[in-house]
Amino acid sequence: MSADTAPDAARDPDADWDTVTGWGRTAPTGALVVRPRTYEEAAVAVRDCGVRGGIARGLGRAYGDAAQNAGGAVLDMTALDRVHAVDVAGGTVLCDAGVSLHRLMEVLLPLGWFVPVTPGTRYVTVGGAIGADIHGKNHHVSGSFSRHVLSLELLTADGRVRTVAPGTPLFDATAGGMGLTGVILTATLRLQPVGTALMSVDTERAADLDDLMARLTATDHRYRYSVAWIDLLARGRATGRAVLTRGDHAPLEALDALPARSRARREPLAFRTSRLPAPPDFLPGGLLSRTTVGLFNELWYRKAPRESRGRLQRISTFFHPLDGVPHWNRVYGRGGFVQYQFVVGHGREEALRSIVRRISERRCPSFLAVLKRFGEADPGWLSFPVPGWTLALDIPAGLPGLGAFLDELDEEVADAGGRVYLAKDSRLRPDLLAAMYPRLDDFRALRAELDPRGVFVSDLARRLAL
Amino acid sequence: MKDAFGLPQSLLVLGGTSEIALATARRLVARRTRTVWLAGRPSPALDAAAGQLRDLGAEVRTVAFDALDPEGHEAALGKVFAEGDIDLVLLAFGILGDQAHDEREPLNAVRVAQTNYTGAVSAGLVAARSLQAQGHGSLVVLSSVAGERARRANFIYGSSKAGLDAFAQGLGDALHGTGVHVMVVRPGFVRSRMTEGMEEAPLATTPEAVATAIELGLRRRSETVWVPGALRVVMAAVRHLPRTVFRRLPV
Repeated sequence: MSADTAPDAARDPDADWDTVTGWGRTAPTGALVVRPRTYEEAAVAVRDCGVRGGIARGLGRAYGDAAQNAGGAVLDMTALDRVHAVDVAGGTVLCDAGVSLHRLMEVLLPLGWFVPVTPGTRYVTVGGAIGADIHGKNHHVSGSFSRHVLSLELLTADGRVRTVAPGTPLFDATAGGMGLTGVILTATLRLQPVGTALMSVDTERAADLDDLMARLTATDHRYRYSVAWIDLLARGRATGRAVLTRGDHAPLEALDALPARSRARREPLAFRTSRLPAPPDFLPGGLLSRTTVGLFNELWYRKAPRESRGRLQRISTFFHPLDGVPHWNRVYGRGGFVQYQFVVGHGREEALRSIVRRISERRCPSFLAVLKRFGEADPGWLSFPVPGWTLALDIPAGLPGLGAFLDELDEEVADAGGRVYLAKDSRLRPDLLAAMYPRLDDFRALRAELDPRGVFVSDLARRLAL
Repeated sequence: MKDAFGLPQSLLVLGGTSEIALATARRLVARRTRTVWLAGRPSPALDAAAGQLRDLGAEVRTVAFDALDPEGHEAALGKVFAEGDIDLVLLAFGILGDQAHDEREPLNAVRVAQTNYTGAVSAGLVAARSLQAQGHGSLVVLSSVAGERARRANFIYGSSKAGLDAFAQGLGDALHGTGVHVMVVRPGFVRSRMTEGMEEAPLATTPEAVATAIELGLRRRSETVWVPGALRVVMAAVRHLPRTVFRRLPV
């Protein structure tokens, strides 16, 4: 039955009608997936994408429906993956939007440079990083990804390629704009110098949420990178117990502690990773239950040292532990999962405490919850981070009553002047959006002017009327 | 768009006065649904149903639709889809007929078949085409446990539901991989206007229970939903009973 709705498939050999989901594997929709290999092919794909429009997609790590476009075109940008130029002296790189942060690390680390911001996975593209204006463990120091973008090239709905510089309305709409202003083709990024490819890491345990927040508030500024894993299944006095891991890039001298013949000493800038086999695609749902996750959390907390200083870790171990298991999202089974991430400002700690208490009382089986303190916000209109506290957690989508429960949390977040993260969202009630993102009207107005026919559209944009 | 839990924002009910459909609509409006189209023969009952849903806060519109007029389906549904995406189409029309009477009046029996089966084939295909073009959405088809194995007591209705059920399953397979989801719902005996005055069968259920099961099925992206769930096991056994035994069953 697909022949009559996918006539383009016959014309473009690289196009394919396919069902697409985000990383959470919920709400699949059908779209024509086009994989442009040149900027010209991307321009043609945008020109030809038809009445249901198109959206750029990177490595599909957005959890919800941000890079889906039901009935229209999805531009898989991963074939545009060239690193054009690295300024080794000045610390900048010019690359295609489809380049992954993994690839950038492979190229840049041996040269003594690192990406300015990395999220919990390095399998995201530069285009996606700008579109979602991602943040990392260094947000309190370095801000979000767009702060380090010196310039970008944007293919807009009229077919033009515009060079967009920070400080312009188009840049601020594009940074965090979820791909709805156009297709990012290239970007120039400012890099972070590093002495080695290792991290020097301090670990400590926090007994409960108050202890955790006190430690983060008191000493976060001493570290470039900081994050806390938080056990949301712990109850009573242990509610919000956590393991803090904070650190910085290890300087060359730090390697002196290692044996003289160790690989790290011989090649201090070598980027090393390891990967386990992927879990099979057909795992049943329900593997991550309260029991299994509770057990995991207990072990995770117990195995963490009470306090350790200056331990050396690989970049992949420190930043991207889950990247060691390809397709880890499959462990949630066919039903998929929802990631809920919100931020509430400083002074709104009570809202954070209340939400943590509610999640813990409700016994949501969440083994990947992290708490972080954000620093200064960046100007992106739909950019997520604002100064304050952000909590992110994964929950199996099949948990009974989850939708209504998260709606209640949304209310609490919105009442506290906070917001949820669009790159992770798959279920927000649309009428709460404007309260959470006060620049939404500016964003809509700019889109209406730049893209009057609504060429760029995604399932997220339709669901939330962005 | 549906959210991560399969909850629709817009709903089209074919058979806008069906009690199961309205129970489902009420449930969905309480969640995420803001736009509801009720398709049916213009009647005070249809307007009343629309008013009831409006009171719950939904934007409700009605559209003239007659299962027995397949020529008109294209226009009726085309009007709805032209106004915007539909996340969920609930194919809920159907009539029970009067078995004893219809056995003597074949034309009446044909009307049951035309409403429940050929009307659904037409409306189902028209809706499927629009859903496929938008690349998303669910088509929920109200079948019946009566279609699983036709009984002496209501085989006219049962055979029409058997046809509908087989059609919907096939349609679901045809649409697999397009982003459109087809779900067949097989309720047992539902206490409603349709069954008023009839003797209750075992495992009888209510429109609200069917609505709950539909919401759960949407979340799980199920292909078949039995209401109550125990019927899945019961009917697996009943399906394999020898005819001589089945004939003598008191149901």
